[in-house]
Amino acid sequence: MIEFKHVFKKYANQVVAVNDFNIKIQQGEFVYVIGPSGAGKSTFIKMMYREEKPTSGQIKVNDYQLEEIKNSKVPFLRRELGVVFQDFKLLPKLTIFENVAYALQVIEKQPAAIKARVEHVLGLVKLASKAPAFPNELSGGEQQRVAIARAIANEPKILIADEPTGNLDPETAAGIMEILERINQQGTTVVMATHNSHLVNEYRHRVIEIEGGRVIRDQDEGRFFQDEASNF
Amino acid sequence: MKLATFKRHLIESFKSLKRNGWMSVAAFSAVTVTLLLVGVLLSVLMNVNKIAADVENDVQVRVLINRGTTQAQQTKLKNKLEKLAEVKKITFSSKENELSKVVKSYGKGFKLFGGDGNPLYDVFIVQAKKPQQTVRVAQQAKKMSFVYDAKYGGTSAKKMFAIVDNIQKWGLGISLLLLFVAVFLISNTIRITILSRQNEISIMRLVGATNSFIRWPFILEGAWTGLFGAVIPLVIVNFGYVWTHRVLSQALASTSYRLLTPGTFLLEIDALLILIGIFIGALGAGFSMRRFLKI
Repeated sequence: MIEFKHVFKKYANQVVAVNDFNIKIQQGEFVYVIGPSGAGKSTFIKMMYREEKPTSGQIKVNDYQLEEIKNSKVPFLRRELGVVFQDFKLLPKLTIFENVAYALQVIEKQPAAIKARVEHVLGLVKLASKAPAFPNELSGGEQQRVAIARAIANEPKILIADEPTGNLDPETAAGIMEILERINQQGTTVVMATHNSHLVNEYRHRVIEIEGGRVIRDQDEGRFFQDEASNF
Repeated sequence: MKLATFKRHLIESFKSLKRNGWMSVAAFSAVTVTLLLVGVLLSVLMNVNKIAADVENDVQVRVLINRGTTQAQQTKLKNKLEKLAEVKKITFSSKENELSKVVKSYGKGFKLFGGDGNPLYDVFIVQAKKPQQTVRVAQQAKKMSFVYDAKYGGTSAKKMFAIVDNIQKWGLGISLLLLFVAVFLISNTIRITILSRQNEISIMRLVGATNSFIRWPFILEGAWTGLFGAVIPLVIVNFGYVWTHRVLSQALASTSYRLLTPGTFLLEIDALLILIGIFIGALGAGFSMRRFLKI
């Protein structure tokens, strides 16, 4: 569950990136966050995992009240979230298996449990056979699947994806989308910021559209209007 | 902390030391120089303190007898001194005897003062029963006739304490400065490790590693730098002290003053140097982490 109440975010350079957001995302929802570059999508997403603090307002994620949470508690909030980025953020010197296992090691899971869990999530993203390979030996789509496997390794309640298909061709992007859909069907909330109009229109979910730091649309089963207007 | 986690931190910290190469060597050298100085300084200070205490505990009072005092008058003085309750033993040392002691300590050049030109005094060396009584014995002796002066160890002890005080002030200042430089160099070295691993750290934070988990390998790396940096100073201070002790002990053999024996004293110095090394290492690492772990 994610809830924003009258949330504002003003940066030091006086730019208001988030202007009075009031949004509630229920457990198990799939939500797109769309809007042009610089609209405030990333700030919105970053506030969910407390990479950014709100200037004012209240944010609740699962049982954490983020405007009050102590720094020392932030790691525990993040253990309930999975985050995926456009640039994958894999460690080049570790194998695929190690990259996924790494996320579990640093939160001090039992080694035996780690092995089983890593094998399981690599199976989910259909990369079990690539476990001993290194990231640079994989295609972009495969690397993103590894990143997703890492994000869900700790069975998070919420998966946050910031432009996960941004660097991928349409076919690969569709593959990633299928995986996110499957994860969502198992009860995980998925919040996905995207520019990909095709995906938004193809896989219908709730759409939150942001422009100039304001929510201009919040619609179930929404479409990517910009797409039709600009025809891109 | 779990054992597996600690093992991981240990391995990580070693890898990082190796990866930093020359920067590690620089930080390590800073620790070496610092600890070497601290080690030597500590050895000197503790021994000077020890000797100052020996001097203070010295029970001897030197009663200088006026020139031209006759044999009978000397005996009279001796009897008077013996009557003091605090006096344990009195020995006579003639001015010729005193001069030969000076010649022995400072060289043959002082033989020039032999014969009638001898500027020294005949002396009664009076031993008090307890160190605290020396002052009283000296004061009483001074008032007696035929006595030129009465000196006791306390005077030299005071001088020595002044010297110790100076050594302490300057030594402490220089040591602190060097410690500061070492901490700075270590923190800079580790900052480079951190920069090269920023990507990794950001992923750790993203998946919910606690700050202490992220910090540990770096703190350990600093501690290793400090520990390894302590090795050379340890060797030098140990061998150096054993040698110095042997040489100086011969020189001090004729006095009642003794240096600290190497055994336990060196163990203490060793432990102290290792602890200081580890401490400044970890401190340097801690400083460099602060900026990177702000959430």
